[in-house]
Amino acid sequence: MTGRFGRFLVGLPPYAWLALFFLVPFLIVLKISLSEPSAGAPPYLPLWEWDEAGNLAFHFNPANYGMLFGDDLYLSAYLNSIRIAGISTLACLALGYPAAYAIARAPLAWRQSLLLLVALPFWTSFLIRVYAWIGILKTEGMLNAVLLWAGVISEPLQILQTDLAVIIGMTYSYLPFMVLPLYATLEKMDLTLLEAAADLGCRPFKAFLAVTLPLSMPGVIAGSLLVFIPAVGEYVIPDLLGGPDTLMIGKVLWAEFFDNRDWPVASAVAIAMLVLLVAPIMIIQNARTKAEEKAEGRTGR
Amino acid sequence: MASQPAFAPWTDPQAKPLIRFEAVSKRFGDFTAVDRVSLSIHKGEIFSLLGASGCGKTTLLRMLAGFETPSEGRIFIDGIDITNVPPYERPVNMMFQSYALFPHMTVEGNIAFGLKQDRLPKDVIAERTRAVLDLVQMGKFANRKPHQLSGGQRQRVALARALAKEPKVLLLDEPLGALDKKLREATQLELVNIQDRVGVTFVMVTHDQEEAMTMSSRIGVMNAGGIQQVGTPIDIYEYPESRFVADFIGAANMFEARVAGDRDGRLVVHCPELAHDLTIDHAAPLAAGTPVTVMVRPEKVAITRDMPAEGLNWAEGVVSDIAYLGDVSIFHVRLASGHKIEALQTNRRHTDEQKLTWDDKVYLGWHPANALVLTK
Repeated sequence: MTGRFGRFLVGLPPYAWLALFFLVPFLIVLKISLSEPSAGAPPYLPLWEWDEAGNLAFHFNPANYGMLFGDDLYLSAYLNSIRIAGISTLACLALGYPAAYAIARAPLAWRQSLLLLVALPFWTSFLIRVYAWIGILKTEGMLNAVLLWAGVISEPLQILQTDLAVIIGMTYSYLPFMVLPLYATLEKMDLTLLEAAADLGCRPFKAFLAVTLPLSMPGVIAGSLLVFIPAVGEYVIPDLLGGPDTLMIGKVLWAEFFDNRDWPVASAVAIAMLVLLVAPIMIIQNARTKAEEKAEGRTGR
Repeated sequence: MASQPAFAPWTDPQAKPLIRFEAVSKRFGDFTAVDRVSLSIHKGEIFSLLGASGCGKTTLLRMLAGFETPSEGRIFIDGIDITNVPPYERPVNMMFQSYALFPHMTVEGNIAFGLKQDRLPKDVIAERTRAVLDLVQMGKFANRKPHQLSGGQRQRVALARALAKEPKVLLLDEPLGALDKKLREATQLELVNIQDRVGVTFVMVTHDQEEAMTMSSRIGVMNAGGIQQVGTPIDIYEYPESRFVADFIGAANMFEARVAGDRDGRLVVHCPELAHDLTIDHAAPLAAGTPVTVMVRPEKVAITRDMPAEGLNWAEGVVSDIAYLGDVSIFHVRLASGHKIEALQTNRRHTDEQKLTWDDKVYLGWHPANALVLTK
C-alpha cells in the first residue's frame, strides 16, 4: 500500500503540472474556439451566461470551424506545414541516422563526447541560432560566397525567404531530436546478431538492411515524431527564414491572434491542428507502446 | 555399437583432416589470446575445446568462424586456406552462446535467413526449413517469434538455423550453457544423436567437463592460449600427459616424488609424503632421481579398515572428512605426513555395516596399473 501511495506521490507533480499548464489552457482554447468574436477585451463573447431571468444561455459558434474549410488559406497552410515538416523530418533522418550509427559504433570512450557534441547547440539560444542562419543563407551570405568562390554558381542564389531556407533551418534545429533516440536504439542493439547474419552468408550492407534497420525502427519512429510534431506547428523558423509566401500553420495562427485579433478562429486553427495531427500520432504511439510492452513482458519473465 | 568399427580417423596417418590449424596465434594488443596452436579435426567428429574462461577457446572458435583474423598462422578447411575468407563466405555455421536469434523474425524466418542468402528457390527454402524444424522437433513453433519461446526452444531454433545451410562444420559456443542442469543433460545426448544423423562435424567450446566428456569424440584441453592435450575423453581422463590436465579434468590425488629405480619392469618412486615407495606400471624408463608427480584418481583408491594383505601401494591414515553425494561418498584421509588423499566409494547399499566415520583409522591401496607418472 505504501509503495503504491509513494508511486502516486512521485507521479503527482508532473501530472499536476501538465493538468495545470497544458490541459487547462487547452480547455480554455477549446472554449474560445467555440465562442463568438467581439471587439472588446477579451476579444470574444462568453460561451455561456445567465440572462436576466436567471436562465443559462449558451452562445455556441461552430462557424469558426466552418471557416477553416471555407477558406483555402487554412487548408493550404496545413498541407504546406505537413509538406515542409515532412521533408525536414526526412532530411533529419538522412543526416541523423549515419551520425547516430557512427556514435553508437564508436569506441566506448568517445561516445559520451560525441553525444555531448550533438547536444552542444542547446547551450546557445534557439533564436540566436536561427538568426545566425540568416547570415549564412542570405544573398550576400556565407553559403553564396563559398559557392561563388568554388565556381559552382555564377550568380548568388535566393535561398533566404524560400521554403528551402525553412527546411534547412528546421533540419538544423531538430537534428539532435532525431539523433538521440536513434542512438539509444542502435547502441543497445546486440552486435552478435550481425555476426550471426554474416555467419549465415549475409554481406555487411545486406545485414544492415535485414537486421540493423528493422531493429532500429522504434528509434526511427520516435525520432521522426520528435521532429515532425514540433516542425508542423513551428512559428519562429518560417517567420525568420521563410518568405512572405511561406505559408505555415504556425504563422497563420500568429496572424489570427495578433494581427486579426480573431481569437476564436485562431483557437479553432489550433484545435484543428491538434486533432488532425497529434491525435492520430498519439494513437499510433500508444498502440506501439502496448505492443512493445506485450513483447517485453513475454521475454522478461 | 560394439560391432561397428570404432570411429577414430585421427589414428589413421593417411586420413586427411577436415580442419587444420597451423601455428595459429591471436594477439589483442599485448595480450596473447591464442598461442601457436596447431590442431587437426576430422570429418564427423564432435571436437570439444575445453578450458577455463580466458584460455583462448572462444577466440580459436571465432577464428574458425571468421569473426577474428589470426595474427599469425593459417587455417584450412578441406584443404582450402580460409584464413582471410570473410565469415559470409565460409562453409561453417555457428550456434551462438546467446543464440543470437533475430528478434524481429519468426522461427521460420530465422531459419530461412541463411538459405535466402544463397538465393535458393522458394520451395527448396520452405522444404529445408521444414526439415530442420522437424529435426529439432520445433515444427509447431514455426510462426512464433523468439521472445515467445522458452530457453530450451530457442536453443533448438538456434541449432536448426545453423544446420539449415548444411555446413561442413558446425561451431557451437557453449551450446548448453544457458540451460538448466536437467535439460542440459537431456540435450547433450540429443545433440549427439542429431550430429550422428546429419553427419556434420561439430567443433564445440565448453567450460563444462561433463559436457565435453559426454559428447565429444575428442577433447582439446586448453590453458593460457595453448592446447595442453588432445585426446579422446578416456585418454584425457585416464592418461593425462601433464599435471595441468590431470588436475583440470576430474579429481586427482597427486604426489610429488623422485624416481628410485626399476623393479620387475615397474617404476618405483619415492615419495616423502608417503611411508612406502610407490610402484607404477606402464611408465617409460626414467633415470633414478628424476622428479615426477604420481597421480591416482580417487575412484581407483580402495579404502579398508584392515591392512591390505598384499599390495604394492598402500598408505594408512585417518578419515578427516566425508562428502556424501548420494550415489557416492568421497573420503578425505589424512596421512601421518599431513598429506590428504581422496578415495571415492560407491554407495551400493542403503546401509553399510562397516560404515566408516570421522577419525576412523583406515588403509588406502591401489593397483600399480591405476597410477600414472607425470613428468610435465
